Amino acid sequence: MSALIVENVNKQYGSHRVVKNISLKIEAGERVALLGHNGAGKTTLIKMMLGLVPISSGTISMLGEIVGSRKARKLSGYLPENVAFHGSLTGREQMHHFAALKSIAKKTADEILERVGLSHAIDRRIGTYSKGMRQRVGLAQALLGKPKLVLLDEPTSGLDPISRHDFYDIIEELSGGGTMVLISSHALTEMETRMDRIVIMSNGQMVANDRIENLRQHANLPIRINIMADEKSAALIAKTLSGKRINGHIVELFCNGDEKINLLKRISNMKEKISDIDIAPASLEELYRFYSAPQDEEGEQENV
Amino acid sequence: MFEVAKLELLIAKRNLWVAISITLMVLFTLVLTLAGSAPTGTLGVDPIIIAATSITTLSVYFVPLLALLLSFDAISGEIERGTLALSLTYPLSRAEILFGKFLAQLVVLAVAIGLALLLTAIISLLLNRGVSMSFTPLIWLFFTSILLGASFLGLGYMVSALVRQPSVASGLAIVIWLVLVILYDIGLLGALVADNGGFFTKSIFPWLLVFNPADAFRLLNMPDIANNVLSSGLGAAKSVTNNIYSFISLLLWPAISLLLAWLVFRKVEP
Repeated sequence: MSALIVENVNKQYGSHRVVKNISLKIEAGERVALLGHNGAGKTTLIKMMLGLVPISSGTISMLGEIVGSRKARKLSGYLPENVAFHGSLTGREQMHHFAALKSIAKKTADEILERVGLSHAIDRRIGTYSKGMRQRVGLAQALLGKPKLVLLDEPTSGLDPISRHDFYDIIEELSGGGTMVLISSHALTEMETRMDRIVIMSNGQMVANDRIENLRQHANLPIRINIMADEKSAALIAKTLSGKRINGHIVELFCNGDEKINLLKRISNMKEKISDIDIAPASLEELYRFYSAPQDEEGEQENV
Repeated sequence: MFEVAKLELLIAKRNLWVAISITLMVLFTLVLTLAGSAPTGTLGVDPIIIAATSITTLSVYFVPLLALLLSFDAISGEIERGTLALSLTYPLSRAEILFGKFLAQLVVLAVAIGLALLLTAIISLLLNRGVSMSFTPLIWLFFTSILLGASFLGLGYMVSALVRQPSVASGLAIVIWLVLVILYDIGLLGALVADNGGFFTKSIFPWLLVFNPADAFRLLNMPDIANNVLSSGLGAAKSVTNNIYSFISLLLWPAISLLLAWLVFRKVEP
């Protein structure tokens, strides 16, 4: 059974359609990145998955349970966007409260706080925490009770690079244990290598839903090649390969996937003049821009 | 539900505002008890009755205000912090969240009122040694104050769920307080004057008085007109309207206001 099944889901506020006919299936242990610009409908979709916001039409189920039911709530963990706990409680008190709601031992709650790296501040009031520390409390409560599905809305905002690294380690552990993880984020570069699948939303529609390699292939965006050389050779290389010099030492070339090998052959013919070469396929950021660009005809890219 | 109440109590314990309110309540009653005890010797009235009467006049204004200040943030604050969305993803119903908060804040009210009245009893005992007195008016005042507070807690939750921003909720809470506690009476007084003892004064006015929780509370705690030297104009209405209606009104208000709050809260999208 799939961990999460979304079928033909729509959300309408008055005449404004926020989420348009989305169908999506996520398996246990899968890590999915949900991308989209502000107002694309990500948060609304996540809230519908949790039963927080009524669905206008369509169905969503979690491991066969109706979303929002007590069983479904016990199966899932959630981190809302920009969560701020009551400042006068300590991290430990807040966690013990959440643990009690899920009938989980206090000791387990303390262990999870330790796991997210808050053991030094566990008895300090949350009001004194930094944004990153509050975010960790949020993550910790989402991990309570070994959930089968974890939905995280902008989880890494406010985290420093080291904390982000720790964060993705925890995500990897979770998915290794069979937990489905859905992360909505703007931090595209860190999602590129960490996620199994990318879902992109634009104006309430799902415009992409695939592994990043497949998205790359389908988008067929040019590959960027940077050639480093000394100034004299750079001028020559730029001329022969009709590339662009971006500073004295670097020549930039773009090519499609099928021209790549030929171009590299031509470059290697001049290998005495070249000091280094850098080849980069389209980044997630470029792919994101490609897929979320406004479309001329509605639905043109719907079945990616 | 009890988990929610436990957490709310913990928050209230550290809330400076709650501490200030309780202190104020205790201080005011202290002053009233001390000031009221001076003339009793010659009048031969039970000092407790005098204290209870002055404290009633204070509580009519102060208890609703305290209740609204406690409750206006209950739901709007959680929406703003984003914790409501989180709480609702736990196996916990909205009714449980609402009632848990209600229980905790009722305890806070009970502590504030209880402390103040306990102090009144002790001071009266110390100042009037040898004078016989009955503490029933204080116990009665305690329970009716809690009912009055509970009514306004419910109204506060309703306002809190109605608007999403705590700042707007606090403004609306003050409006509710002004209307029910102050403007309502002024309006009735105006109508009484205009009516000049006609149909309105005899048949509608007493019911309107009973209908307002603050007035019902006042009616219940003002001593009977027959044996009271301190009777106020309200006594006239009291002779018309039976005490039992005021009591029913005060019992129904918390239930109705909580129900309204729940109906509004049910529709809130976090």
